[in-house]
Amino acid sequence: MSEKKFLTGNSAVAHAVKLAKVGVIAVYPITPQTPIAEKLAEFVGSGELKAEYIRVESEHSALAACLGAAMADVRSFTATSSHGLAYMHEMLTYASGGRFPLVLAIANRSIGPPWSIWGEQQDSIQQRDTGCIQLYVETAQEALDTTIQAFKIAENPSVLTPVMVCLDGFHLSHAEERVEIPDPSDVERFLTPFNTSATLNPDKPMTLAVGASGEQYTTWRSEQHQGIRQAESVIAEVDEEFGKIFGRQYGGLTDTYQCDDADLIIVIMGSFSGAARDAVDNLRRRGIKAGMLRLRAFRPFPNQTVRHYLGGTQRLVVIDRDVSYGNEGVLCSEIRGALYGLKHYPAIINFIAGLGGADLIVGEIEAVADEAMRVTNAEERRIIFQFLEKK
Amino acid sequence: MASKKVKSVGPHWVAGNTPINVGSYTRVKPKVDLSQCTGCLLCFVFCPDGAISFHGDKKPVVDFNLCKSCGICVHECPKKAIEMSTVESNE
Amino acid sequence: MKLKDIPQEEFIVNSLSCAGCGEALAVRLALKVLGKRTVAIVPAGCMSTVNCYWPQIPFRVPMFVSPFAATGAILQGVSAGFHYRGVRDINVLAIAGDGGTADIGMASFSQAIISGRKFLYLCVDNEAYMNTGGQWSSTTPTGAVTTTTPFPDLTPWFIRKDLLNIAIAHRIPYAATASPAYPLDFMEKVKKAAEMDGPSFIHVLTPCPPGWGFPSEKTIEIGRLAVESGMWSLNEFQNGKLSFTYLPKKKRPIADYLQSQRRFRRIKPEVITRLQEMVNARRQVTEP
Repeated sequence: MSEKKFLTGNSAVAHAVKLAKVGVIAVYPITPQTPIAEKLAEFVGSGELKAEYIRVESEHSALAACLGAAMADVRSFTATSSHGLAYMHEMLTYASGGRFPLVLAIANRSIGPPWSIWGEQQDSIQQRDTGCIQLYVETAQEALDTTIQAFKIAENPSVLTPVMVCLDGFHLSHAEERVEIPDPSDVERFLTPFNTSATLNPDKPMTLAVGASGEQYTTWRSEQHQGIRQAESVIAEVDEEFGKIFGRQYGGLTDTYQCDDADLIIVIMGSFSGAARDAVDNLRRRGIKAGMLRLRAFRPFPNQTVRHYLGGTQRLVVIDRDVSYGNEGVLCSEIRGALYGLKHYPAIINFIAGLGGADLIVGEIEAVADEAMRVTNAEERRIIFQFLEKK
Repeated sequence: MASKKVKSVGPHWVAGNTPINVGSYTRVKPKVDLSQCTGCLLCFVFCPDGAISFHGDKKPVVDFNLCKSCGICVHECPKKAIEMSTVESNE
Repeated sequence: MKLKDIPQEEFIVNSLSCAGCGEALAVRLALKVLGKRTVAIVPAGCMSTVNCYWPQIPFRVPMFVSPFAATGAILQGVSAGFHYRGVRDINVLAIAGDGGTADIGMASFSQAIISGRKFLYLCVDNEAYMNTGGQWSSTTPTGAVTTTTPFPDLTPWFIRKDLLNIAIAHRIPYAATASPAYPLDFMEKVKKAAEMDGPSFIHVLTPCPPGWGFPSEKTIEIGRLAVESGMWSLNEFQNGKLSFTYLPKKKRPIADYLQSQRRFRRIKPEVITRLQEMVNARRQVTEP
């Protein structure tokens, strides 16, 4: 039987890990992820989840321990945020290069200085080139459901790539919602036993993570790229299959709201999309045909899907909770890249908002949308930093 | 040794696949004077590359394909029964 | 154990290690004790680099090339994974160098040996970052020339980082120091360590011909000289007690050890007395 409970995003993730029958958990505490580590310790300590719980001394070691478990042919899990994710950086690249199907949750948080424990997407966005799949969720329910889906995506034999499930720090990790926790036997049917390729098995001895150069190296890298590209269709298929069994799905790679006839589309990732939806409603009431596109998958980047939804529109407001310092918001750059070559390139305003945990108010989004309606030159690279421009 | 590809995904390879014979880089190899050898096993134990083996008859056999000519066996033999000598080919 | 009991089977064949490599010998002997049902975790260092470049794969047991800092964590993960599956008959072995244990690997090493999980951590110590050409590490003995200490000053309070006592401070169930020049002593320690139901640590001094500056045939002779001169000792820690497994009958002066290797060529004669005092003082701490 499924049950309904009030859960925070963190708690929802922990419940998903329990349902997925993870065998090894290695986690290091950091705000705002800590409740995941604690909840899982409770589940393991009470016997609700039969697993080995490893208390590591750093986040780099946390993912390393998970990788070790995968090589021992056991499903593993870790979670981190911010500085911890930065510390884990080498291991993310190692995991994806070695084609280890690890799953980790990121409670998105700013990396200081300026020190802030509050939410921002800089931490996971700056890991975008490590070769890991990245999924951004909007609600605690989606956090639970996507974490379960993540194991299936990662372990798919044609994918075999680590998956990061990203939830906004505090706004989503710590806020409670009514969440439906699936029936364990349904999850067991949905998720097959742990599947990985590279194991330490005396009956089939191999050397794992070898060195290479030239053609062999490039071959392996190309296969790695194909694996994560393959995830584009796998992410959509898994979401659809999940929908059939559990009655909930999230649109696969992207989630859209009123985009079909929109002249202006707000592009966003994560939980602030709730405010974006409200802004769309308000704008529509005022006669502006607005829409919203929420990217659920950031890696692999859904270029075709983005072109499909944004290709016909006039203006975009791309909201970034991050900045690639020296250029612009990362989501904005990626969107520009996806739209390259269109005959009618939309005018784009990059709205940098929600840094350091700042709230994003519906009225602020509307104001930037109004500003976007006034842009006449599509070539202009306009960046608006929240709080700093008086509208 | 022929390379065998095992069906696996990623930068991993089957154990024991060694197309290069490391002994092929040197042309001096240990020659054992069997009349002096007491079968003490020290050469077998001390060879870092496992190039020396004993096939149950207390006399050492050197695999030239594996021998890097480091000279440890020559140096450590208590009876000075081993010396380095030039070989034509590795056999 | 006697020499004739050492099995003939080789578990590492056609390795690209240097001629006369002390580490290669130590790994070869350890694997003979542990056997086929062993998995090896080998971080960046000589023992991974010479054994992992495709297509040359010398290890005949499963092996994983670990990221440099992560060895202890990988060990914990593998050990926990096997434990979760109820697998009890596979030896989990780390083969880490001095850098990967005492420097960059120290944090994960420390956490692993208090974890209670079952594995053998073998530190093969050639006293520098030899794989990258011989840079100083915290186990380089004071006075040795390395590429980052070309004109070394003597540090009067410290010969090198003492990993055995660090492991003992963690209350590890079993720890030992060893040398491939004393193969039976070493192999017996490997056997004992493998039988422990928890973490164990063996620190092996492995002479390095190109790095230390001696002809490749003298690897065993130098290893013996290290023990006879007091620069290295063969100890064992179990059941809370530290003991010697071998004491050399004659003690060689430290000058003999220093003069046998080019890496000590810049130690001035007047400093040798000071170094002898330091070695004697260390003996007083560890010897009965």
